[in-house]
Amino acid sequence: MSSQASAEGQQNGQGAGQEVTGVPILLDGVTKQYGSKSAPAVDHLTLEIPAGSTVMFVGPSGCGKTTTMKMINRLIEPTEGSIVIDGEDVTTMNGDELRRRMGYVIQAGGLFPHMTVAANIGMVPKMLGWDKQRIASRVDELLELVSLDPGQYRDRYPKQLSGGQQQRVGVARALAADPPVLLMDEPFGAVDPITRQRLQEEMISIQQELKKTIVIVTHDIDEAVKLGDWVVVFDEGAHIQQYDSPERILSDPANDFVADFVGRGAGLKTLGLARVHEVPRMEAVVVTPEQTPAEALRQAEESGHGHVLVLDKQQRPIAWPSVEQLRRAEKLPHIHEENLPVVGTGATLEDALDTMLVSRAGAALVVGARGRFEGVVDLDTVMETLRDRRAGENQPKAPVGTNDEDITLERSPETGEITIVPSGGGAR
Amino acid sequence: MTTTANAESTAETTNRSGLRVDRGSLRSLILYPVILLAILGLLILWLLTADLTNTERVTLAPGELWTMTKQHLWLTLVATVIVLVVAIPLGVLLTRKPFRPFKGFISGVANFGQAAPAVGLIVLFATWIGYGPTAAIAALVVYAVLPVLANTMAGLDAVDKSLIEAGRGMGMSAWAVLWRIELPLAVPLMLAGVRTALVLVVGTATLGTFINAGGLGLLITTGVNLDLSRVLITGSILVALLALTVDWVGRVVEHIARPRGL
Ligand SMILES: Nc1ncnc2c1ncn2[C@@H]1O[C@H](COP(=O)(O)OP(=O)(O)OP(=O)(O)O)[C@@H](O)[C@H]1O
Ligand SMILES: [Mg+2]
Repeated sequence: MSSQASAEGQQNGQGAGQEVTGVPILLDGVTKQYGSKSAPAVDHLTLEIPAGSTVMFVGPSGCGKTTTMKMINRLIEPTEGSIVIDGEDVTTMNGDELRRRMGYVIQAGGLFPHMTVAANIGMVPKMLGWDKQRIASRVDELLELVSLDPGQYRDRYPKQLSGGQQQRVGVARALAADPPVLLMDEPFGAVDPITRQRLQEEMISIQQELKKTIVIVTHDIDEAVKLGDWVVVFDEGAHIQQYDSPERILSDPANDFVADFVGRGAGLKTLGLARVHEVPRMEAVVVTPEQTPAEALRQAEESGHGHVLVLDKQQRPIAWPSVEQLRRAEKLPHIHEENLPVVGTGATLEDALDTMLVSRAGAALVVGARGRFEGVVDLDTVMETLRDRRAGENQPKAPVGTNDEDITLERSPETGEITIVPSGGGAR
Repeated sequence: MTTTANAESTAETTNRSGLRVDRGSLRSLILYPVILLAILGLLILWLLTADLTNTERVTLAPGELWTMTKQHLWLTLVATVIVLVVAIPLGVLLTRKPFRPFKGFISGVANFGQAAPAVGLIVLFATWIGYGPTAAIAALVVYAVLPVLANTMAGLDAVDKSLIEAGRGMGMSAWAVLWRIELPLAVPLMLAGVRTALVLVVGTATLGTFINAGGLGLLITTGVNLDLSRVLITGSILVALLALTVDWVGRVVEHIARPRGL
């Protein structure tokens, strides 16, 4: 979890790749009290946001999600506590300079209506003193990143864009100076469900490429588990109810509050998180169309399988007849059968289950790139994978998150890992 | 061309770099001065063909008329410039957070300035400062501050708060947000206020004649005092034409200065 990017985070263009460009963020005992009489909107929050990860803030309205996020870029000044970004305490530095190093996306994009798309995106680079040439090429690069054709869109005004396009430009604008941190407050709240889904998927692939540290506020638990590496569920006063992986939030809620919030039967939602490539595959009895049904039957009986898979020369499935069908057949099929129960390796387990349920074999064929057969998954293996995920096996430890006042944080000099040391109460 | 609700189709009907031009308002902007010139032409024709008395001939001599028009415009311009210099910064200031509490009070004062009878204001300033253009300008300023101030504040208040937040959120200073986002977006309303003020000032400057400040008002007072109805009519029409011309110039400026993309 080392951070390669400097705090400026401006060495863009040094290749995509999987390297983490984000930096870690630590909220250390942060409190925000709006009025002297009212209860704090954020109450002694200690929260670790690991470099390069996407952390989702969810919780009921008014629980302090926005306040917490705006304290990270100091649009709201904390009453107490400190914000540490990439090891540097930024609580007292110049707020405008701090914010130029962070991307910020608000609902509906917040584009300036009197400026073109290019001017909107180029705003921060211009403030940072980039030359025209560099800004122009950066604008085009970013428009491509968010799937907008630069030639068509760069000179448009915001009102000439659809809501989804505006939101994309908003994301591009936030990424303009290649900031290591991206803050997004309900970024996809104002678009229709279909557009939202597409934007979410684009966000996932952008993040896979860029590996920024991203904090996203949302109302939508489905969005949280879909986009987040980690999910924080807050209650009133930004009290952390659970800070964990999406799988464990869904399948192992820490308390009734979280269970209510994610909704009953949320365990099933983990189906939408796991992908087929995580499920162990089984072998199949494979034959070519040139073989006879009798040969195929014999192979099936030898291995005790009920079905035989016919593959073409490119290893693509042609048909998947059962033993009974083979007994009646004169020869093996040559033509690709439609409606084969096929799933891609990237499909979700939910898709795989759907496919299996309509398949005669009660199983699905997994295909990889170019439709090549890779193996079979069935109900049992899928359920087993789900059980493992629910148990939270093979998952890294969740980052630190607490509202406890009586703690000190300790940072391991070798790994940079942060651990909580209780200080009050005498227990060591 | 009517506004289409659908953003996509709006984009379709525009050229690539700009937004569509509202043809209806453009046509009326061109037609407007033609009508004004026609009225002026008719007035001149009528004066040339009329059988004027000697006094009328002297009072309505072209050189005289031109001098009075120039005086009138000068009063108007100076007063308006002062109004802008006072009202716009004041409007900006009163919409900044620390000064918001004073907004009601200052608006009240400006309202009072406009509600007071113009003649009263002019005479008041004349007895205080002395007769002449200075007093007239001072009175005109007090009279015309309100529309500019009110529209500046309204224009700034109408700017979507989320845009200000987006600006601050990306690291723009409060100044930069004011200059590059708030003021440009407030321009249409502010200019409308300026145009209103200008028209008010042109009309009211007619009263300057009562305190020896010059201007076209002299024609009207002369016409009334000496019972020269043709002088009176000429004066009235000239003042009206001047006000309408100023209004037209204002509209043209609004059309040009309106930020693209709105
Ligand atoms: N400027 C402010 N002045 C006073 N109280 C505020 C201010 N902003 C927020 N609050 C209060 O602080 C609490 C947290 O607000 P915040 O905006 O962080 O909630 P949120 O979790 O983002 O809610 P939502 O999901 O509705 O956006 C709320 O009780 C709110 O009323
Ligand atoms: Mg909020």
